[in-house]
Amino acid sequence: MTKYIVKRIAYGLLTLFLVSTITFWLMNLIPGGPFLAEKAKSEAVMKALEEKYGLDQPKTVQYKNYLVNLVHGDLGLSTKQRGRTVNDIIGEAFPTSAKIGSIAMVVAILLGLSLGSVAALNRGKWLDNLIIVVSTMGIAVPSFIVATLLMYFLSVKLSILPSFWQGNASSFVIPVIALAFYPTAYITRLTRSSILDVLGQDYMTTARAKGLSQFKRLFKHALRNAVLPVVTYLGPAIAGTLCGSLVVEKILTIPGLGEMFVSSITNRDYPLVMGTTVFFAALIIVMNVLVDIAYKIIDPRIKLN
Amino acid sequence: MAKNNVLLDINNLKLSFFTPGGEVQSLRDVSIELKEGEVLGIVGESGSGKSVTAFSVMRLTPYPGKIIGGSIDFNGKTLTELPERELRKIRGNEVSIIFQDPMTSLNPVYTIGNQIKEVILLHTDATREQAQKRAVELLTLVGINEPEKRLKQYPHELSGGMRQRVMIAIALACEPKLLIADEPTTALDVTIQAQILELMMELKEKLGMSIIMITHDLGVVSSMCDKIAVMYGGKIVEYGNTDDIFYSPKHEYTKGLLKSIPRLDTLEHTKLIPIEGSPVDVMNPPAGCPFAPRCDSCMKICLKSMPEYTTITEEHYSACWLLQKQAVEGDNHGKTN
Repeated sequence: MTKYIVKRIAYGLLTLFLVSTITFWLMNLIPGGPFLAEKAKSEAVMKALEEKYGLDQPKTVQYKNYLVNLVHGDLGLSTKQRGRTVNDIIGEAFPTSAKIGSIAMVVAILLGLSLGSVAALNRGKWLDNLIIVVSTMGIAVPSFIVATLLMYFLSVKLSILPSFWQGNASSFVIPVIALAFYPTAYITRLTRSSILDVLGQDYMTTARAKGLSQFKRLFKHALRNAVLPVVTYLGPAIAGTLCGSLVVEKILTIPGLGEMFVSSITNRDYPLVMGTTVFFAALIIVMNVLVDIAYKIIDPRIKLN
Repeated sequence: MAKNNVLLDINNLKLSFFTPGGEVQSLRDVSIELKEGEVLGIVGESGSGKSVTAFSVMRLTPYPGKIIGGSIDFNGKTLTELPERELRKIRGNEVSIIFQDPMTSLNPVYTIGNQIKEVILLHTDATREQAQKRAVELLTLVGINEPEKRLKQYPHELSGGMRQRVMIAIALACEPKLLIADEPTTALDVTIQAQILELMMELKEKLGMSIIMITHDLGVVSSMCDKIAVMYGGKIVEYGNTDDIFYSPKHEYTKGLLKSIPRLDTLEHTKLIPIEGSPVDVMNPPAGCPFAPRCDSCMKICLKSMPEYTTITEEHYSACWLLQKQAVEGDNHGKTN
C-alpha cells in the first residue's frame, strides 16, 4: 500500500510538471498581456512593471523561474490584484468553493444512490420511469440554467432566498442545488443500471436462498458491488465540484475559485492562470488516488499496483 | 397424500413465465413426493423444467415466473400459501440449495467467514463467537484445511472446488431437512466432481437429510439417488427407483437417454445413439405427448392427447401411450402412414 502511494505521488508530480509546462507555453501563445488594459501608461511604467513581474526576461528564463518557484510552493504575485500573492488568492477563494462543492457532492451522493436504488427496485413501474425522465433532464440541462431558474423563482418571484452571495446559510441553497443537479442525475443513472446488473448476479440468488430480507440483500450484498462505477465517477466529479462550477459562481457572484479562474484568463493574469490550473490538476490527482484506495477497500479483488 | 415421513409433497404444480413474447409453460402438472432421508434425482435436458422445479420448492422462481396452480407441502407447511416473511425463515434454514456455478454464487466483496456466519446468525440465536466456532466446524466438515485461515479469505482466493465446498458449508449451516443441489458439479472438473459428490453422500449419511439432485448427468444419479424423475417439456414422463429406470425404462425418452450415454458394462462395441430433433417449444406446447415429434415409436394418438400415467409397479410409473395396451392395438404407428 505505502509503496503504491509513493509511486502514485511520483506519477502525480510528473503529471503536474507536464500540466504546468503545457499551460505555460499555451498561455504565452494567447495574444495580449497583463498590462495592456491599463490606461495611459508610459514606456517607463510598462518597463518597470514587466521588470517587477519578470516579464522582461526571455520566455525560457521565465519558465525556469516559474518551475523553481513552483517547487518551493510559491505561485507568484498576481498581476491584476496588485500586492496579493496567488497563494493568498487561492487560499481565500478555495474554502468557499470547497464548502459549496462538498455540500453539493454529499447531497448528490446520498440522493443519487437512493434514487438509483429505488428506480432499480421498481424497474418498469411508473416510479422508475419518473426517475429516469427527471435524471435524463438533470444530465441534459446545464447547471447555469438551473441556477438562473432557481434565482428567478426563489429570489426574484418569491424572494425567499438571496440572489447574490452574502456568505450566510441561505446563500448556499441555490448554488448547492445548481451544482448538485448534474452529479445527482448522473449518479442516479449509474446506480440504477449498476444495481440492475448486480441484482441479476448468482450471489444475489444465494443471498435470497439464505433467507435474507430484501433490505439486507440490497444494503449488504447489492450496494457494495453496485457502488464501484459510482466511485470511479466520483474522483473527477468531486475535484470539479470542489473547485466550483465556473459559470454558477459567476452567475451567483460567489467569490470562489471558479470565478477567479475565469477572470484570470480574461485579465491575462499569468501567475493566477498558472496557479489555478496547477492547483486544479493537483486536486484531481489527489482525488484519483483516494478513489483508487476506496476501490481497494470496497472490492478486495482489486490489486493496487 | 399425507403419508408418514413424507417430507416434500409437490402436487400438480403448474408454473409459467410470463414474458413479453407470451406465456412459457415451464411446469405442467409436476408431482413429486420425497420421503425423509431419500435422495431424488431429477434428470432431463435444458429447458425441461428440472431447475425450475427445484427453485419453486424454495419459492425462488425468478421474475417473471409465477406458480399458477398446484401446491407444495413441506414438513407440514404449505409453501405455496406462506407469505414471504415465513418463507424467509425456511430458506437457508430448513431447505437449502447449492447452485451450479460456485465461481459466481459467492459474493466477491465479503470474506468466506462473513458469508457463512451470516446465515448462522440469521437463523439461530448464536452469538458471534458461537457462529465463528460453527463456521470453523462447517469448513472442517466439508473437508477444507486450515479453516480459520480460509474464513478470512475472499472467494477469489479459492479454487472452484473449494468454493463449492464453501457453498455446501453455507447450505448445511443450519442443518436443513432438505438439500437441493442444482447441477452442483457441472462447472467443476471431473476429479473435483467425484470429490464433491462423495462429500455430499457422506454428509447425507451423517446428517440424515433428504436431497434433490438436479442433473443432466445420468452417471451422477445412478450412483447417488434412490429415486429418479425424468422430466421432458415441463412434465415428469417417468418416475421410479433407480434400478427401475436404469434396468427397465418404460418411456421412450428415458430409453433414448440411456442409449445416448457410454456404459462400461456392455461387452460389444455398441454405438451411442443420440436423440434426434430439438426440445419442445414450451411457448406453444403440443396437445399430445411433448416427446412425440422426436419419438421413433410415435403413434397418431401421441400427437393428439397427453397420456395418463401408467403404473408399472407401486413406485414406478410413466406417461406413454405405448404402455396403454388398448391404444397400441387401436392405432397404427403414425410415422409409417
